[in-house]
Amino acid sequence: MRAGSLIRVLLVALLLAAIATAVAIFVPWLPDNASEEGARIDFVFWFVVAICIAIFSVVASLSVYSLVKFRAKPDDDSDGPPVHGNTGIEIAWTAIPLLLVLSMIVVSSVALAKNDRDPPGSMRVEILGQQFAWTVAYPPPGAAQDTDGFICFNPQSGGDVDKRCKSSPILVLPLDRHVRLHLTARDVIHSFWVPEFRQKQDAVPGLQTEITVTPTRTGNFPFICTELCGLGHALMRSRAIVMSQSDFNAWLRRGVRR
Amino acid sequence: MTTTVDDHAEHEALVASPPPSGWRRYLLGPGWIRAAWMTALFFGLGLGLVVGIRWLAGWDPIFFWEAIITVAALVAAPVGFLAGLGAFDYWVAWALGQPTKPEDHSGHGARSWTDYFRINTDHKVIGIQYVTTTIFFFLAGGLLAMLVRAELARPEANFVDPQTYNQLFSVHASLMIFLFVIPAFAGLANFVLPLMIGAPDMAFPKLNALSYWLLPIAGIMMLSSFFFPGFGAGWTNYVPLSVDEPYGNVFFSMAVQWAGASSIMTALNFLVTIITMRAPGMTFWRMPLLVWANFTTSLLVVIATPFIAGSQFFVMFDRVLHTNFFEVGEGGYPLGYQHIFWFYSHPAVYIMILPGFGIASEVISTMSRKPIFGYRLMALSLVAILILGFSVWAHHMFVAGMATWLRIPMMITTLLIAVPTGIKVFSWLATTWEGRINFSTPMLWALGFVSQFVIGGLSGIMLGAVPIDIHVSDTYFIVAHIHYVLLGGSLFLIFAGIYYWFPKMTGRMFNERLGKLHFWLTFLAFNATFFPMHIIGVQGMPRRVYTYDPQFGNWNLFISISSFVLGVSFLIFVYNMIVSWARGARAPANPWRGMTLEWQVSSPPPLFNFDEIPQVVGSPYEYGVPGARHAVFNGDREAAREEVRA
Repeated sequence: MRAGSLIRVLLVALLLAAIATAVAIFVPWLPDNASEEGARIDFVFWFVVAICIAIFSVVASLSVYSLVKFRAKPDDDSDGPPVHGNTGIEIAWTAIPLLLVLSMIVVSSVALAKNDRDPPGSMRVEILGQQFAWTVAYPPPGAAQDTDGFICFNPQSGGDVDKRCKSSPILVLPLDRHVRLHLTARDVIHSFWVPEFRQKQDAVPGLQTEITVTPTRTGNFPFICTELCGLGHALMRSRAIVMSQSDFNAWLRRGVRR
Repeated sequence: MTTTVDDHAEHEALVASPPPSGWRRYLLGPGWIRAAWMTALFFGLGLGLVVGIRWLAGWDPIFFWEAIITVAALVAAPVGFLAGLGAFDYWVAWALGQPTKPEDHSGHGARSWTDYFRINTDHKVIGIQYVTTTIFFFLAGGLLAMLVRAELARPEANFVDPQTYNQLFSVHASLMIFLFVIPAFAGLANFVLPLMIGAPDMAFPKLNALSYWLLPIAGIMMLSSFFFPGFGAGWTNYVPLSVDEPYGNVFFSMAVQWAGASSIMTALNFLVTIITMRAPGMTFWRMPLLVWANFTTSLLVVIATPFIAGSQFFVMFDRVLHTNFFEVGEGGYPLGYQHIFWFYSHPAVYIMILPGFGIASEVISTMSRKPIFGYRLMALSLVAILILGFSVWAHHMFVAGMATWLRIPMMITTLLIAVPTGIKVFSWLATTWEGRINFSTPMLWALGFVSQFVIGGLSGIMLGAVPIDIHVSDTYFIVAHIHYVLLGGSLFLIFAGIYYWFPKMTGRMFNERLGKLHFWLTFLAFNATFFPMHIIGVQGMPRRVYTYDPQFGNWNLFISISSFVLGVSFLIFVYNMIVSWARGARAPANPWRGMTLEWQVSSPPPLFNFDEIPQVVGSPYEYGVPGARHAVFNGDREAAREEVRA
């Protein structure tokens, strides 16, 4: 490849990278993040997107250049040069993608390991999915952190709520507090998702699945089911409200007294 | 490889019973009349079996329609249909000790259009049967997608009820996967593969005919599920929802069995054909990449397909036999279903793209007038995808609640599979480099595939990274991704293949101008339809909903309008195919100046493909090498031997 064509390919690559970057920046992709775990997921998202933009610009610029430059003239019946391969190039385009995906694996694994922990002192909140509503249950203060097996929704009994728990159709969480969500389902598989938290986890009948959310922003967010669960699946939408710890405490007391 | 010397004399001594005459010939001979009454007869036998057993056992009610439909309509009647059409005639005669005629070629090849509606043992006829049938189901599935988009044009519920909506997208996906992409590739390979390896037909022509006729049965079953509401759990048919669905869900469970059986038979046929019937000199390293692609795909099919058959049998047994594979209260395990299902359905995405990779290699090399770049690495990357493809299934289950540690090895294998896939994309681009690129219609589709597959591959890498997948799982981002790889990938390649081999199949040229118009319209409408789905998915729109948050309304309206344009673009294709097949210009034997064997015979090829067995002497992609030949025929064999040594 001569220097002149190399420069031309580079220019096309830069142009395509600029367009792709503009699409990444100016289109509102991710909703505003509202959790500590979400920040890590966003980092992985943009890390991978940056690599993808790089790969895209290289591949697309080479193709554009090749397709424009090497199109056959109308009456040209000749063949191209009989190039069967090039070991050096083939090793390069095996090794470089390998390194790139390895970097993604490392970054993803670190983020996942941090997001997956159950931090000490976390608050336990239980969520039950059923056709077609969510029920959130808050264990009484004494039982919230112990591990003696107290649970609000007994998966074996089909998910009846223990009377000592406060239950609510919306998810209310305190700001800046590690919350461990314990999910289960009464009938079919549902899936917990608050796009602003990024975290998603299926609620499976007969299983307890867990996920950590640490809200970092007060607000009122959609809380939806993302696993097809029957005719009312599209309507299985609720809200997640994040409030300050004192507001949350007041809200919790109000419910328990009632 | 081996020429079978048939013991002609011995068989001619055994004279088959004389064909029945007059009305008995119509009634008892293989064909549609016998198929009609045998379908009814077998339905009756199935009905009698169910009613008889229930009567003997004293179960109430005796006429239990769900059991009767399951046994009589979904199992017995199709067997009767196949028997009536004549799919089993030879084997039944042989099993009964009646004389059979191995050299009877009356059911081989098409002399008139009616021969396409019979049991036909000619792989070329079967290939065309496959392609036209799958196009029919593609149009049906596309129509269902239009209805889905009509509902989604506005945020509120306004057009169909939820049960119908769920069935629309479930049947859409099932038709596209099981009745279009998988069998369309099988059909193209059916036509081309024996020609490419220099064989007179497939290894088992009668099995080949049978495996085709299973397809319409499966397709009609999927479509008729609309009359028995209940298949609305998505094509993934997750438990416990699918077991809780109304009775119609059984139609999906059984249709998958028929389509799966068809896939497995065809794959076995391909494997045996490729291993045993290559022309002399056709070593594995001289096989065209399309043959390599179908070799690896067939291995995937025979290993993986039994798993989806099993998963759907479990779902059906939980319903009709009251087993407890997945019933939680009774010790069943819903995640078990997902593991079994995806152990097939992930390899299935490679079943749906690897044969296309083969088509892309053929088309891009021929149209660039250059050897395929890195032939051995291209073949080996297919094998790498085959092996890695079996180790990534649980990446569909990152949020499903399986053991959390299992996500890491699955992420590693998932991202590693990007490496052999990347090798293929880079090699196609390198093949065009310094070529003499001819932008004919098949080449446009193949290059369109490469560009769309890059985007689909990159969104696939994003999905492979677990943290990103957690956010976008079950959203429109997934819908965008699968359509970029299956529509921008597989569908584009099916069109590349159809346009590329249309002259060979029909003996006529298609209208190039309409072909190009079809490509550009599809290409633009496809991107307008599916690219915005990435955005609304990341923003928070879940999939499989008939009503959604109004904030996604504008994008969805845009997507729906684009999708209707996309739908219209396929009418151009249908028009072009029909008119060109009837009135197109006569095709020369080798319109694209290809080197592989199918271009060395007439268009359409002779009844048994080759009047003499070709001798393969070199690579199929020696474009630009002076005097290079892929194969020679008897006359010039000696001269060619000299060239090979030189």
